[in-house]
Amino acid sequence: MEVLLVITTILVILPLLIIIYHVVTNGISALNWDLFTEELGSPSRAMQGRPTGLIHTMFGTLVVDFLALAIAVPVGIGAGIMLAEYPEHKLNPLLRIMNDTLNGMPAILKGLFAFALIVKPMGTFSGFAGGVALSFVMIPIIARTTESALMSIPWTIREAGLAIGLPRWRVVLSTVVPAAKTGLVTGILIGFARAAGEAAPLLFTSFGNNYLPNSWIGFLLNPVDTLPQRLYSLAISPYAEWHSMGWAAAIVLLGFVICCFIAARFATREKFNVS
Amino acid sequence: MARNDQQADSQMDLKKSPSALYHWLGDRIFSSLSVTLGITIILLALGMAWVLFAEGAAALREFGFFGFLTGTTWDPAVQLQFGTWPFLFGTLITSGAALAISIFPAIAVAIFSAEYAPRWLSAIIDNLVQLIAAIPSVVIGIWGIFVLAPWLRDTIYMPVYLWAEASMPALLPLLGNPIGYGMATATIVLSLMIVPYTTALTKDAIRSVPVAQREASRALGATRWEVIRMAVLPYARSGIMAGAILSLGRAIGETMAVAMLIGNKNTLPFSIFGAGATMPSVIVNEFREAVENLHVSSLMAIGFVLFILALVINLIAAYITRKLSISGGQTI
Amino acid sequence: MKLTIPAILLTLFAISCSSGGDSPSNGTENRLDILGAGATFPAPLITAMADEYRDLTDNRITVNYQSIGSGGGVRQFIEQTVMFGMSEAYLSDEVMEDVQENTGGTAFNIPITLADVVPTYNLPGINEELVFSGELLVDIFLGKITRWDDPAITELNPQVDLPQIPITVVHRSDGSGTTNVWTSYLSRVSDEWRNKIGFSTSVNWPAGLGGNGNEGVAGVVQSTPGSIGYNSLSYALLTNLSYGAVINSSGNTISPSFAATSEAANIDLPEDTRILFTNTPAENGYPIAGFTWMLLYEHLDQNNAIENRQEAEELVRFVIWTVTDGQELSESLGFARLPDAATNRGFEMIRQLKWDGEEIGRILMEEEGHL
Repeated sequence: MEVLLVITTILVILPLLIIIYHVVTNGISALNWDLFTEELGSPSRAMQGRPTGLIHTMFGTLVVDFLALAIAVPVGIGAGIMLAEYPEHKLNPLLRIMNDTLNGMPAILKGLFAFALIVKPMGTFSGFAGGVALSFVMIPIIARTTESALMSIPWTIREAGLAIGLPRWRVVLSTVVPAAKTGLVTGILIGFARAAGEAAPLLFTSFGNNYLPNSWIGFLLNPVDTLPQRLYSLAISPYAEWHSMGWAAAIVLLGFVICCFIAARFATREKFNVS
Repeated sequence: MARNDQQADSQMDLKKSPSALYHWLGDRIFSSLSVTLGITIILLALGMAWVLFAEGAAALREFGFFGFLTGTTWDPAVQLQFGTWPFLFGTLITSGAALAISIFPAIAVAIFSAEYAPRWLSAIIDNLVQLIAAIPSVVIGIWGIFVLAPWLRDTIYMPVYLWAEASMPALLPLLGNPIGYGMATATIVLSLMIVPYTTALTKDAIRSVPVAQREASRALGATRWEVIRMAVLPYARSGIMAGAILSLGRAIGETMAVAMLIGNKNTLPFSIFGAGATMPSVIVNEFREAVENLHVSSLMAIGFVLFILALVINLIAAYITRKLSISGGQTI
Repeated sequence: MKLTIPAILLTLFAISCSSGGDSPSNGTENRLDILGAGATFPAPLITAMADEYRDLTDNRITVNYQSIGSGGGVRQFIEQTVMFGMSEAYLSDEVMEDVQENTGGTAFNIPITLADVVPTYNLPGINEELVFSGELLVDIFLGKITRWDDPAITELNPQVDLPQIPITVVHRSDGSGTTNVWTSYLSRVSDEWRNKIGFSTSVNWPAGLGGNGNEGVAGVVQSTPGSIGYNSLSYALLTNLSYGAVINSSGNTISPSFAATSEAANIDLPEDTRILFTNTPAENGYPIAGFTWMLLYEHLDQNNAIENRQEAEELVRFVIWTVTDGQELSESLGFARLPDAATNRGFEMIRQLKWDGEEIGRILMEEEGHL
């Protein structure tokens, strides 16, 4: 039996290693300096061997991802505090169900929602709409991890704070939240990593762009490129040059996500060491 | 100078005996802020359902809810007829098959990691399995297009197809064109992608089995495997169920990798190797490009159906996990 | 530890902001983005034009063209999320009426280039150009002919040793003008096709599998032995796909070429250029071809995507450039040049473009020296 379990485990892990192997080998051979300094432009650029790259995509990704983070962190943590610190609140059961629902919704629906919510009224696809769409991916994850991180702090700590006359909000902010900090950071990193890899919500919101926008505000008001969405269009393009650029995008994206993943693991481990 | 003193005084006052106002106001602001943010999430979820319903209403009105669900024609050109059955069917088949393929391996990994592997190995396995869930869907998609699909075509689909052609031609319509992109490829990729969810919940459930339970059966002289089979697994059953249901939910909603590998065919019948489509894949392919209002509305209505499906699945999974108070794969 | 990763990311972001800062930020007042979307067929041409135009204007004007399919071009044009749409299918009467009703002006379909659609296939080891007839293509795409060694194919290609493998039909999964041109040809040569399937930017395909975009179809054909799809000639050339010759209505076997495509368009054009000339009567014309149009509102100010007059003017300048100097890029990229008749019809429409009632099209045309 043991042997069978070992074999199955290997069979499950093996495809992961194969994927990483292919992404790394194909990606590394496609990586070059132009990738980080040039814009994409037209396919004929790549085919005629002129410099072409994804600098606009890298910037767009950072802007959209961090915008999403800026929206999602306050909402997610606020909701997590409501769930954990005000357990008597009547809306909590509903919030918990709705948060789980939102978490389980396919990301593409969040894209459709953001399209109706932002793109249509604004009249154009934009980095802002992309950031909002991605924040819908992050929020439920952050809310959920925040709740469990705060719950893991014993009530006695809160009681001690209240006993010395501190108001409840001070207890939460200066005692409970710092104690649960690693848990919160883990949740944020997981949400971030998860959202950073999503392409589906971005196709209808941040849309894509072959160049850098003309101004910094253009990142928010105009369509921008993002790694997952560009990777998708490179992968389904018919040009061999764009295929290899797709692999390069894949290794960058995968590296980015794995970094967040490892950082999240580190944070969790520290928590265990402390306790 | 005098003003400064006064200010300092009042600050001292606040510090010495924090006024009731300070307490009350601070708490009010803080609690209403966090409640507002919590309500934002509730509104987001409800708003999403409402937008999908409102935008899809035209299609649902035109064909009727059940007519829309069971309609088999998706024709945006001539008849302007939109039925979502091919996509619903494609979604259920690929997800169901992916779950069937992945559930036992996923449980096996959980058992091995929880019961057999030493602590260090168990940590590595857990991390690697969770990493599967972290790989972006599009990365799996590009790998599928350039590595997996050609490989499957050359080493499995083509030989099977040629064999069937030579000895069992009746099978050919069922097999479909062995081009590499299709239902089978999408299912294989899906089954890998959903493993972490079942594994995580199964492992949580196994961990929550009381020690007494194990000790009891061990005392009866059971072997290690017998302990697992008779004492641990039955106890962990609902956790495994929850994991499987959650995995199913993930498979149903998986979009990019499927859209890149399933071949995108909008008409029944589907075949094993042949192309198909799922609800998310058809939205990805057609949403930006639909011209007719009814077409756009139909895609939104597909989104609404998908929403309901995901809602039901998540409610069941949430019910089970909350009842068991296991962590519900939070790490994913 | 836990804060280092976000900190590193933030620092990286800050560094890249400051180092990349020179490209997007100098002279912001005049810098403009022009957003267009639509057909995948002209994408190699339009994006190359965008590259060139950006150089010409010293990085001042960036034309962001996203190839999402002709259906998408029309849709986003109607939704007013783009400044111009591109489509290989002209706007339907219904859409034209809606535009008239909503904006008080018409919508212009300005020919930008010619689309020729060729049957592309992947038959390993076969280097000869296959010959197809309209009826044969109909039967293949209806799923009636399922093998490459079918007599109907071998009869037209007696010199080729066709392999005994199944045919995989590849079509577009998205709304597409390429599909419109292709299915309009099939409809014109076959009653069965016209009655059962019809022609449109996306139809209910009886057989085969879908690829997303011209790219997607070419990609699937490229990777699938035994497949047949349809692509614009330029995509076939760019991606080194094999493509076949087609027998036209005069019974001549025509290999796709720029000359044969221009020949097909050598007909009387209506004023709004909304015409399909598939199955052309022209004796040496390639039978599966059509215009690719740029879609613009007559009253540019009515388009929500255009915010001010300056944007409108730069858009009009770009349009004028694409139908004149921009055409220089065509042939090197595998596109046929616009015939003079089409260019002149385009000029007439550009002259009527307005901002707040003022005919900026006419003003700019005169400024650029096209009277």
